[in-house]
Amino acid sequence: MIEKTSPRADRILLLAFVAAVLLGPILLAPFGAGYPDLLQKFAIFGIFAIGFNILFGLTGYLSFGHAAFLGVGSYAAVWSFKLLSMNVVPAVIFAVIVAGLFSAVIGYISLRRSGIYFSILTLAFAQMSYNLAYSVLTPITNGETGLQITLGDPRVLDSVSNDGGLPVTNLFGLAMNQTWETALLGMTLHFNAGFYFCALLLIAAFYISMRIFRSPFGMMLRAVKSNQNRMSYTGLNIRPYMLSAFMISGMYAGLAGGLLAATDPLAGAERMQWTASGEVVLMTILGGAGTLIGPVLGAGIIKYAENVFSSFNDQILAGFFDFLPDSLASALVWAASAFVGDGWQLTLGIIFMVIVTFLPGGLMEGVNRIRKWHEQRQRGNDLSSCSAKPAE
Amino acid sequence: MTTFSTSRRGLLKGGAALGLGFAAPTILTSKAFAASYTNEPKGSTVTFGFNVPQTGAYADEGADELRAYELAVEHLNGEGDGGMMGTFSSKALKGNGVLGKKVVYVTGDTQTKSDAARASARRMIEADGAIMVTGGSSSGVAVAVQGLCQEVGVIFMAGLTHSNDTTGKDRKANGFRHFFNAYMSGAALAPVLKSNYGSDRKAYHLTADYTWGWTQEESIAAATEALGWETVNKVRTPLGAGDFSQYITPVLNSGADVLILNHYGRDMVNSLTQAVQFGLRDKQVNGKNFEIVVPLYSRLMAQGAGKNVNGIFGSTNWHWSLQDEASQAFVKSFGQKYGFPPSQAAHTCYSQAILYADACERAGTFNPCGVVEALEDFEFDGLGNGPTLYRGADHQCFKDVLVVKGKENPSSQFDLLEVVEVVPVANVTYAPDHPMFAGGDLGSCNAGV
Amino acid sequence: MDAILLQILNGFDKGSAYALIALGLTLIFGTLGVVNFAHGALFMLGAFCAVAVNKLLSLDIVTLSETQTTAWGTPLEIRTPYAEVWFGEIGSVLVDYSVPLSILVAIPVMLIIGVVMERGLIKHFYKRPHAEQILVTFGLAIVLQEIIKAWFGANPIPQPAPGSLRGMIDFGAAVGFEAGSVVYPLWRLVYFLFAFVIIGAVFAFLQFTTLGMVIRAGMADRETVGLLGIDIDKRFTLVFGIAAVVAGLAGVMYTPILSPDYHLGMDFLVLSFVVVVVGGMGSLSGAVLAGFLLGILQSFASMNEIKQVIPGIDQIIIYLVAVVVLLARPRGLLGRKGVMES
Repeated sequence: MIEKTSPRADRILLLAFVAAVLLGPILLAPFGAGYPDLLQKFAIFGIFAIGFNILFGLTGYLSFGHAAFLGVGSYAAVWSFKLLSMNVVPAVIFAVIVAGLFSAVIGYISLRRSGIYFSILTLAFAQMSYNLAYSVLTPITNGETGLQITLGDPRVLDSVSNDGGLPVTNLFGLAMNQTWETALLGMTLHFNAGFYFCALLLIAAFYISMRIFRSPFGMMLRAVKSNQNRMSYTGLNIRPYMLSAFMISGMYAGLAGGLLAATDPLAGAERMQWTASGEVVLMTILGGAGTLIGPVLGAGIIKYAENVFSSFNDQILAGFFDFLPDSLASALVWAASAFVGDGWQLTLGIIFMVIVTFLPGGLMEGVNRIRKWHEQRQRGNDLSSCSAKPAE
Repeated sequence: MTTFSTSRRGLLKGGAALGLGFAAPTILTSKAFAASYTNEPKGSTVTFGFNVPQTGAYADEGADELRAYELAVEHLNGEGDGGMMGTFSSKALKGNGVLGKKVVYVTGDTQTKSDAARASARRMIEADGAIMVTGGSSSGVAVAVQGLCQEVGVIFMAGLTHSNDTTGKDRKANGFRHFFNAYMSGAALAPVLKSNYGSDRKAYHLTADYTWGWTQEESIAAATEALGWETVNKVRTPLGAGDFSQYITPVLNSGADVLILNHYGRDMVNSLTQAVQFGLRDKQVNGKNFEIVVPLYSRLMAQGAGKNVNGIFGSTNWHWSLQDEASQAFVKSFGQKYGFPPSQAAHTCYSQAILYADACERAGTFNPCGVVEALEDFEFDGLGNGPTLYRGADHQCFKDVLVVKGKENPSSQFDLLEVVEVVPVANVTYAPDHPMFAGGDLGSCNAGV
Repeated sequence: MDAILLQILNGFDKGSAYALIALGLTLIFGTLGVVNFAHGALFMLGAFCAVAVNKLLSLDIVTLSETQTTAWGTPLEIRTPYAEVWFGEIGSVLVDYSVPLSILVAIPVMLIIGVVMERGLIKHFYKRPHAEQILVTFGLAIVLQEIIKAWFGANPIPQPAPGSLRGMIDFGAAVGFEAGSVVYPLWRLVYFLFAFVIIGAVFAFLQFTTLGMVIRAGMADRETVGLLGIDIDKRFTLVFGIAAVVAGLAGVMYTPILSPDYHLGMDFLVLSFVVVVVGGMGSLSGAVLAGFLLGILQSFASMNEIKQVIPGIDQIIIYLVAVVVLLARPRGLLGRKGVMES
């Protein structure tokens, strides 16, 4: 992970990140990803992955149960909507606190082991949470159906409205589903309140993560990764550091879970299943574990594949290829349909394999290679005698 | 902030304020402003959203639903042989699309997960401008997507969902269900079970441990107990248990002489296969043959369970061997296009698409509130289940329910179930405030904006 | 008492499947140091070997009926399996015995799949971090299952056991219980015996052959073995092949118990990792022991008497046991120090 760590480079990175996030609705519209739901998902899973990366990227501890914290965050937020108020602020705060406490308990137990034993312990806790939420804990979680808001909820802080419609989540009156639409070059741009709420928190989450990476605390966590034994021999008790990292990353997950509920007031048990935990692991590795931006990129790719690739049906594919002769077009539609629509997971699997085989450090390694190649070429122009070897 | 309209989908008047001044000529000012409801179709087409499982355990069911939807769109646009549009009692549809607009569609993958289903439905509504969403293959997904549609103000025409909750506790004004439910299964099955197995039976329930399983168990237990059956035990099994042997062996010596499997999909295929493997069907208990009942059947499940379904009773919403004119027209149209008969999921989804289009045509608008009004208490015939009522009080369809039995000597790989009895609608009707459906509130229709 | 005996039998049966999958997984883990998330997919591929053999044997000659038509108006197709046309009586016996016959097909097929997987992909990942191994093998697992889904559909495909092995056997009478109180499906006992044979064969191979000795040495200390001038890579390819065959055979024989569908592997994946870790990383006997232990505990936890005391215990028992074991014994039941701890 070669990253420039000068404060100036960090400032540039942060500014670029802020700009990219805030302009998301414009930048992503050409890719068919500029609609509120997916933009929100990008931001939310970005937060989730950034948080996961604080634990995994820095310490190398691979938690396979992080979705449990996302799940309890969601449940906490929906309960806040049901009991207190449709305002998202208490919901999100409540979600972070509950996830933090939950991760403190699980972290305290799981961190007694390391390596794969740690992974299995976290996995076991998450699977227990999932199975119980699906069945026995139905009074709290509403089981299979998922926890939703209903007309009959008390909502003690909100004034009662009697128009028979379900209330919407809001930030002191600004509805999360409020969208301002405009058109640009034939595309519809959606500027959604919920997205910007998530985006601001994503930026904050990114900033905090950056500060952690650069802090002495971050150095300590990195030291755990490089040689835990040496750390213990120096007489340092690493457990408090590890537990803090675990809790911070659990609170990030809780925040993400709370935001999922804030933008779409539903909490389902599947959010805690091992596949969901696996997903954040894949996002992080795909983007580049231990890098700042990588996890956000990885989250984006996986959510994009899930939401956009899956929507391409034969009718849409036929539209893509209709400039070709009929027989060729139908052959191409047939071939392409194996990879999109109901075959979108195939594409995702191939992406995983290709990226990890050719770019061991994830997407960020690709970015770094391009940058290095670019720098070397510039240098090569100056010192053409030096034969530059490509980074391998 | 005063320039923002307070409507939900208002428009930022000053596009230039965002530094988009250069694009001013292309800024649309009409779209959101004039819309009087979510995704009001402005062009020459209207977009339907077909949200079906394309991955996961119900992918084959989802594929069949999608086939039915494609067929329905063809028929609505006046292509093909018209299928059940010819037999449908309402003649509002003319085969020129809906309200003169050509029907186009977008598809999405529910993955049979509430989250993914809602994400996919939101994509259709937000990015593709879908005026309605339909489909799905489980009650969890149906309830989740129905809630979403209520919140954003589009119509949801449920696909395959059998839980009482969908039109009970979780009913919503913008959601409609054509499929039957667990209560109806119980009410339809019980008399048939009585005439075949007698009224002195001891039943053992194995139930999928989630909300659908519970409502099904409650309904069937109530219906059979009313006949005089005794319920020996009700055991909950984890979803996706795979091997059910540890739940089946206690049945062997429990004194029960009927096993009721409140499972669906893969769970049902596995639990039934294994129950037969454990010799339950060859057993004699209390001097009677041991029997197995599967309250909710589908042809795809019967296919997965193979020969094990022989002679086993269950209920189903519709079956392709029905001889009425409408069913035959549908089977002909579907079979000619795809080469095999439609499943009950396909029939339900086809009907839902036609019913929605017809309601728009009769209402003269795509406005969800108009559609709700047109569908509520709508009585029709000619969609395969005889005279049918879409009840206004809970948006549940009331029609005849089929009791079926696994066929002993199938003539083809699709001929797996035979219809034993068509239970008349009167026998399966219940009050909207029946205890099993209590606690829900339709609320008022939401047109969005 | 008979109820308990039945649950023990159930536990052994489940345990057989868990142990077989975990055995292959721990071979790969222990010898090659690779976290193989595609191991469940190998189990699934094995199961589909049985499906494919059955489909091949029951390939039909399709003739169009002249008198009968389908409900949608096309002529009815009359199907007669080739096997029956060509071999008559023997043909239908072949179809009946398709599951055990598939073993003969599955051994070479799974060996080839294993070797190709190792040579083509896995060998590049020996020195990579575990996280990257997870990513690539998970990708592979998805690709494999999507291919199966495209070919065979998503619906489970029933694979009946041979007629003569389909019945029940009065197990209780054999061990002194009242006749008829403990009857058990014959096929499940066959599966248990089969697992026993395979596990025995793998252990014997490792214990009594030179190749096995090298592999065991490699598990203990890979680098030293390499320094001794032994071409460890070639042996490792074989290990992967053997692991694939073991997983595949477990899948073939399991099909009459669980109708296979494309998602079968993912359902067993997490479970098999739990079994391996509870048994102790790198310990073959630990994997087998943990497989049977978890199978039996799972069966007991599902008994009504126990569920009434602790609701939902059958949902979480596997994971609960994993937590307890790992807290009490840091390296699982029979794990060695220093394996996969970083």
